[in-house]
Amino acid sequence: MSTIETTYREAMRAAIRDALIRDDRVFLMGEDVGRYGGCFAVSLGLLEEFGSDRVRDTPLSESAFVGAGIGAALGGMRPIVEIMTVNFSMLALDQVVNNAATLLHMSGGQLNVPIVIRMTTGAGRQLAAQHSHSLEGWYAHIPGIRIVVPATLEDARGMLWTALADPDPVLIFEPGALYPMKGQLDESVREVDIDRAAIRRPGRDATVITYGATLGTSLAAADALAGEGIDVEVIDLRTLRPLDDATLLDSVTRTHRAVVVDEGWRTGSISAEISARITEQAFYDLDAPVERVCSAEVPMPYPKHLEDAALPQQVDVVAAVRRSIGDGG
Amino acid sequence: MSAKHRLELLRQMLRIRRFEERCAELYSAAKIRGFLHLYVGEEAVATGVIGALRPDEPIVSTYREHGHALARGVPMDAVMAEMYGRTNGCSRGRGGSMHLFDADRHFYGGNAIVGGGIPLAVGLGLADAMRGSHRVTTCFFGDGAFAEGEFHESVNLATLWQLPVLFACENNHYAMGTALARTHGQTDLALRAASYGLPAWPVDGMDVLAVEDAAHRAVEIIRAGGGPVFLELRTYRFRAHSMYDPDRYRDKAEIEEWKQRDPIDALVARMRTDGELGDGDLEAIEREVADELARAEEAAEAGPWEPVTDLTRFVYSERS
Repeated sequence: MSTIETTYREAMRAAIRDALIRDDRVFLMGEDVGRYGGCFAVSLGLLEEFGSDRVRDTPLSESAFVGAGIGAALGGMRPIVEIMTVNFSMLALDQVVNNAATLLHMSGGQLNVPIVIRMTTGAGRQLAAQHSHSLEGWYAHIPGIRIVVPATLEDARGMLWTALADPDPVLIFEPGALYPMKGQLDESVREVDIDRAAIRRPGRDATVITYGATLGTSLAAADALAGEGIDVEVIDLRTLRPLDDATLLDSVTRTHRAVVVDEGWRTGSISAEISARITEQAFYDLDAPVERVCSAEVPMPYPKHLEDAALPQQVDVVAAVRRSIGDGG
Repeated sequence: MSAKHRLELLRQMLRIRRFEERCAELYSAAKIRGFLHLYVGEEAVATGVIGALRPDEPIVSTYREHGHALARGVPMDAVMAEMYGRTNGCSRGRGGSMHLFDADRHFYGGNAIVGGGIPLAVGLGLADAMRGSHRVTTCFFGDGAFAEGEFHESVNLATLWQLPVLFACENNHYAMGTALARTHGQTDLALRAASYGLPAWPVDGMDVLAVEDAAHRAVEIIRAGGGPVFLELRTYRFRAHSMYDPDRYRDKAEIEEWKQRDPIDALVARMRTDGELGDGDLEAIEREVADELARAEEAAEAGPWEPVTDLTRFVYSERS
């Protein structure tokens, strides 16, 4: 296996480039994806390589260009639509929820919508209350769409391929804080499975269930706890809809303790859903109540110390695991 | 234009009119449920515009779309069965009155979010433009949708990219119960649309010949690579917004005034004057339409219900 050093951003770019080369039905559109090179430089250089027909700068009109992506998908294309941040995607909510998610069912199975919508999510960059939220769990409420969150270089490289092959709408949430993440990536990675959660660190004493930017936080917490002789299993959900119950329940049944770590707010969240599924399906295997580590219920504040205080931190995860195993917490 | 062609236009408008009138009765008989929005009075618009399109050209419509579906050639029995919620309906019964779809006939619904279908039409046009196809995608929407951001975003995008889209604005002067002048600072919609940089003009939507003529001109411009066109088709619905609507907001005199301009009566009168309507022609059409309608109703009545075990089908594609 030969590996290359790359970043999350470069892995995403390689995935888009690959898709544009491989399939002439694929095109990229969104705000500043072309001349600017992508708001977060993900699509840098793609306009020059593929031209303005396939790398399309759009006006600032999320509803129209997301809807146009859905229409183009109905018309046989394989659009990749980029929205700058999940907060901006609120302007396209009608198209995602009322059209992309419903057309197949409403038409009695006649109309597929093979669209991929990418957007950044999450905090950590002092971007305050309109650029920092984690609303992917909210989208996961909607039947008819698939929600994936790449948290590793391999998933950043591979999930797009799989998403483009899916006949149904797939939303890819890219944690903005991960773009500069650097590491080694197997050069041969092309497509990855998006049906299953992944055990990123096996362990015996407790299961930490997370996804996205808090995967790193959770793995660091697990390392810290290992020093104290506590062996934590860390699961990366990867896909928030449909949830891979089997992997979660299998782990919890072995460890008897579950801690859910989610950058979203606690109330009505994906962490609440996971907690409910565990108590519904593995209640008698639990040795402790399910713990949750979520963002504080506040619009994201600007100053670094307040943003840090609002977000799940390593110490919070460590404390939750300790509470779960009854170790003083 | 031949007498035969005018007779076809008349037949199409009568099919829609009689279908809608029967739907109102079937709604009262509780055969049709949910919301039911009738197109009575606006038949010239669907008939004239769709008559100018080729059968393979996509249509995106609204929740008041029975007329568009029938004019496109979606079989009446499939439309009626959809009203009944049966599996032989054109959306397998999953959509109902507001969500008629027929992929084979390039009929993309059936969108009940006001303005929500317009971006889809832009996308269908984009797909064609990227593949070098010269099909025209037509999007029907109302004066209510003209107030929505999605319309303005979409018309800008289509003009910017010179996409082959016909924006067919059915201005029936009311957004549900609110009159145009109570919701728009400038009620000349064609004038406002033109500011986006595309050809736009108003059309008498009660005159099927004027509508067809305008649609032909629009389609010619679009097919020649002239980019999108906007038509403001000025029309009126003779019945209430939906079966739930007590119609308290319109003056009876106003409704009566528009009924004097009934598009079917107008065409009949014109054809009689021109000697194009023979003895018994109208009666023959009425009989054919009545027969078609009776057959459609029979098919709908006989249509099977979706088994409840299939409830969650079509949420995601079925993988083989």
